[in-house]
Amino acid sequence: MVMGEIERDAQVVVIGGGPGGYAAAFRAADLGKEVVLIESADALGGECLHHGCIPSKALLTATDLLDQIAAAQSMGIRATQVSTDPAAMHRWKASILAQLAKGLDQLAERRGIEVIHGKATFTGSRRLRISDGSSGTLAFEHAIIATGSRPIGLPGVEIDGERVMTSRHALALHAVPKRLVVVGGGYIGVELGTVYARLGSHVTVVEMADQLLPGMDRDLVQVVQRSLQKHKVEIHLRTTVTEISSEGQSVRVQIAREQGEAATLEADGVLIAIGRRPNTDDLGLEHTKVRRDGRGFLQVDAARRTADPRIYAIGDVTGEPMLAHKATREGKVAAEAIAGQPAAFDNVTVPAVVFTEPEIAFCGMSEEQARAAGYEIKVGKFPFRALGRALTLNAIEGFVKVIADAERDVILGVRMVGAGVSDLIGEAVLALEMGAQLEDLAVSIHPHPTLSEALGEAAEVALGQAIHLYLPHQQRASAR
Amino acid sequence: MARDFKLPDIGEGISEVELLQWYVQEGDVVREDQNLAEIETDKAVADLPSPYAGRISRLHFKAGDRIPVGAVLVSFAEADEEMPQTRAPTVEGRTAVSERQRAEALRGPQAREEEAPQAVAESPERARAEKPKPQAERVLATPATRRRARELGIDLTAVEGTGPGGRITPEDLERLVRDGGRAAAAAEAPPAEAAMAAEQAPPPTPAQPIPERAPLPDFSKWGAVERVALSATRRQIARRMAQSLYTAPHAAALEEADVTELEAFRQQMRQRLKERNVRLTLLPFVMKAVVAALKACPHVNASLDEAHQELVLKRYYHLGIAVDTERGLIVPVVRDVDRKSIVELATELEDLVQRTRDGKVTLDELRGGTFTLTNAGAVGGHAFIPIINYPEAAILGIGRTQQKPVVREGRVVVRTILPLSLSFDHRIIDGADAVRFVMVIIRLLEDPSQLLLEA
Repeated sequence: MVMGEIERDAQVVVIGGGPGGYAAAFRAADLGKEVVLIESADALGGECLHHGCIPSKALLTATDLLDQIAAAQSMGIRATQVSTDPAAMHRWKASILAQLAKGLDQLAERRGIEVIHGKATFTGSRRLRISDGSSGTLAFEHAIIATGSRPIGLPGVEIDGERVMTSRHALALHAVPKRLVVVGGGYIGVELGTVYARLGSHVTVVEMADQLLPGMDRDLVQVVQRSLQKHKVEIHLRTTVTEISSEGQSVRVQIAREQGEAATLEADGVLIAIGRRPNTDDLGLEHTKVRRDGRGFLQVDAARRTADPRIYAIGDVTGEPMLAHKATREGKVAAEAIAGQPAAFDNVTVPAVVFTEPEIAFCGMSEEQARAAGYEIKVGKFPFRALGRALTLNAIEGFVKVIADAERDVILGVRMVGAGVSDLIGEAVLALEMGAQLEDLAVSIHPHPTLSEALGEAAEVALGQAIHLYLPHQQRASAR
Repeated sequence: MARDFKLPDIGEGISEVELLQWYVQEGDVVREDQNLAEIETDKAVADLPSPYAGRISRLHFKAGDRIPVGAVLVSFAEADEEMPQTRAPTVEGRTAVSERQRAEALRGPQAREEEAPQAVAESPERARAEKPKPQAERVLATPATRRRARELGIDLTAVEGTGPGGRITPEDLERLVRDGGRAAAAAEAPPAEAAMAAEQAPPPTPAQPIPERAPLPDFSKWGAVERVALSATRRQIARRMAQSLYTAPHAAALEEADVTELEAFRQQMRQRLKERNVRLTLLPFVMKAVVAALKACPHVNASLDEAHQELVLKRYYHLGIAVDTERGLIVPVVRDVDRKSIVELATELEDLVQRTRDGKVTLDELRGGTFTLTNAGAVGGHAFIPIINYPEAAILGIGRTQQKPVVREGRVVVRTILPLSLSFDHRIIDGADAVRFVMVIIRLLEDPSQLLLEA
């Protein structure tokens, strides 16, 4: 120890103040532990609050109004002077972020959690060094790593934040590029592409796989892709980016299709959204027993304990899916395990939502996954255009699909695409966690007229009991 | 992803096993729980079940090899890339819970017999073997039920669910606990840290209720009964005793010390100290002898940290003295016994015991003990098997000194005999160690001049 260095100690130290870290810290404090929370940014909230979930949803909602207003003509509403003020939109978004960050500070303070803004590196299994202006060491009984992830860059491509950017920059909304090329057709690229398309950019999405949102059910993606194309978004599938170069004020993007034909795209801005990597490489983990895999993810057991029994890891650093709500749940599990409770991350499903227009939401298994796992399945699909509320919302694109085990009628997965499905998937998650059967969904009364009816209706279709669809085979189905 | 199966730690101090034979070959596709090999430890021959379903890419040892715990035994090939991520939590959670089962399976046939009631009749689906089974068929249980299963130490894959669709209900779990006669199930559940966290609260704060066992009959059927509500202290004691006995495997060493010389010395000193208003009992002498023994056997002055697989050796000597009060058993702690003289100890004891009986001890005075003494001799008891004051490693019971005939140099003489009963946690202390520990105490009590030198 160096003279003048501050030596602290804590029962639990949480590294990272995002949705995983702060959840773990708050829960641990509520369970009676002395907690120190170390955050490298100036405010709590992590990627989610400042550069991800929250700002993107704010912008999506704001820009969605543009679409709604345009579509309102058919409902008899005329609006002629609609314009956008990006600076004002930015200010509104920033005020939300500030409010949420302040809320987190207050929650931390009320719980007596010491928040240190600095960077932490492990010097052993029970000690770490903090650089926060002063330097100091911290001895801990338990640590929780919640350092999150960062965007993967393209080799040889410099991110300048203006012409070549990552999601962080794209959310800062200084200017709306006339032509925007989005490299990567995953949910981040597609959501941000949607925002800019609505604001007037000509958006081109370049994706390596044979569909947007690779890995998600094709029929869900098709609905979204059609909608994007209606918004004049250009989509290049099975295409990779070979070079990006600046040409004065614009950017030149060289692309190559699978069959080899090359092309050049001219753009005013390029968004690189090809994935994220865990922040585990400069934590000093080599001084601990924590094990990382080849991609930098940390290996953990069900209670989120790493190979070093004093150190836990949660959130993006433990692997896919890299989603905030998974991090939050893992954070609570780790805190409870440290407090001696028999906690485990044994959730049946981590749901996922994509805020495109229309939205996508799903949990559990797809039909393909269920069959691959050996199940015989029943599937019930209910289209939004048969749903009263969807018509009154002027949002008839989309459907809800329920997949169940044919033998026991147990629900294995739910797929949704359509307006507002991000708010509907929660019921499906509960159904999966509880081990619900189709009848449980079908019999539960969903209020009318709401979009939630689609889930009950889809279950009825799977049972052969649909009312709002006529399915010929139902006539022959045995009475229940 | 490629996965390795490492030989799990099966406890009992076993650091390696001998591989007798493989039941599988490289390239075979195996089911989860399918037996992979036959192994032998020095206690038993057992089968080793597979933790994963998948194709075996490599067997790292051959028949006849000795395999150290933690060594990679079997490597599994890359799983099908279509394996859905959203299912990972389920498989992970189940594997973690059943690892303990796996480790127990290795303890040999006797242990497995005890496990049998828990591995309940197979669910109806499994009986219908003709249809190809969904790989890793999901266990149905609500989140609350899954948590309860973890608390009770029950592996959900072994439970037959009576709820809709084969769902495991909370009642299914409670039934398993009752029918299995499951002291052991309850023992596995609360990890050491939970017990430790819960144990620090002293009697006055409200304690959790005593865990339920089998339903009681209606006692009033056979005569008049009176029901007395349990006090908070009594509930606390009951909970702590159950927790201690069901967590630490108790074994006992029952010995006797010839304290004739010591008693003579004490009687001499008693008169002198009476003038200074100090009551001198045998207890301070026993405490000093105990501390000497603790120094000679440091792992008796310790606690087992199961969560970290470490033994916490304490370099301080704070002895808890069990005091019988109106409210029940309370254990105040005398600190730094190694640094206090017999007179200081006697003085402190008198004050402490009195204040304990009056209900005037502070919270702090009830915490921090490293070893406990319990004196049944005070009320005339002889030998008894005390329950360890968890999370300590052992407890010494002291009986009543009695004049007894013993044989010395071929002749029967009458000597003053003090019974000593040591209960110890057999996870940390072996029988021989326990006896050696008590022998140190006895040696010092039987020869006061040695006590003077070493205490």
